[in-house]
Amino acid sequence: MSEAHKTQPSSQNEWPLWEVFVRSKAGLDHKHCGSLHAPDAKMAVQMAREVYTRRQEGTSIWVVLSSQIVASDPGEKGMYFDPMEDKVYRHPTFYELPESVNHM
Amino acid sequence: MSQASIQVGNKADVHYLLRLADACLILSQRLGEWCGHAPILEEDLALSNMALDLVGQARGLLTRAGQLDGQGHDEDQLAFLRDERQYFNPVLMELPNSASGNQQPGDFAFTQLRNFAVATWLQLLWHELQSSSDAEVAAIAAKAVKEARYQQQHAADWVVRLGDGTDESAAKMRAALALLWPYFNELFADDAISAAAAAQGLGPQWSSLKPQWQAQMNEILAEAGLAHPKPSAYVPSGHLGIHSEHMGHLLAEMQYLQRAYPGGKW
Repeated sequence: MSEAHKTQPSSQNEWPLWEVFVRSKAGLDHKHCGSLHAPDAKMAVQMAREVYTRRQEGTSIWVVLSSQIVASDPGEKGMYFDPMEDKVYRHPTFYELPESVNHM
Repeated sequence: MSQASIQVGNKADVHYLLRLADACLILSQRLGEWCGHAPILEEDLALSNMALDLVGQARGLLTRAGQLDGQGHDEDQLAFLRDERQYFNPVLMELPNSASGNQQPGDFAFTQLRNFAVATWLQLLWHELQSSSDAEVAAIAAKAVKEARYQQQHAADWVVRLGDGTDESAAKMRAALALLWPYFNELFADDAISAAAAAQGLGPQWSSLKPQWQAQMNEILAEAGLAHPKPSAYVPSGHLGIHSEHMGHLLAEMQYLQRAYPGGKW
């Protein structure tokens, strides 16, 4: 361990955080189910198995470093998402469907 | 008032199954001691999950052994009401989690190295038992072999990580290997009981697992940068019911509830 590493606050000294995505069964998509600490990718997958699939929740696991996720800024939530409030015409509910198309 | 002890008969197949059932049961009890004490939350769950896998395997085998024994003992009675001499697990399983005694939370390197050695052994044994002449045993083995494979991989990861890690982690892994090494011999001890089991197709002689076990151990020890200790001629006798000084303490804790409150349920 380098000297620089040692002098950092303990929160900086911990194992990195990983986001965990689990697919519950074939054909469905991977869903975000939580996060965990692990030293590297290989161990992160094993730890995800231990923590998030112990009640038969999964058939496949993805993990990704939390620091690699680029997120929108919560402070810009209004600017980003509020303008969509009054644009109902963007929903495909104004088409007339032929009768032969069921269950749409 | 306390519950009286039970005894099993002398049938070879019963003893053969109890050796494996007790190996799973006693290591499960040791791993359970980590619950709430592991260095990180994620590994706390991993160790507890492994303990639960082992206890599940033990339950199936104890039930089958009880049926073959023919005295009407169920899995709970066999798990909790035998005396020390009636347990037939290798001594390796009962060793405390820390070389220096029963200190909490225990030695993590020691725990992972033992888990790796045992999971490697169990994985080979379960693989063979899938073709047991006893359908119940074969079914238990088919489920257990997957559990053992995962446990072997998970523990191997830790052995390599610690053995090939910092000076301190490598020193702890070397110390654990030196301490555990002589106890591994018992995993391959054979006698009339295992010969009878092999003859009737119930399961393999333990010694037949040694070449593969050795090869898989060597691969991971080499990757971890751990040198082999000198071979030891010592063969512990847990499989004959003769245990270390640690077994009585372990059983006292494990059996306390069933002895004090007979038939007590969760």
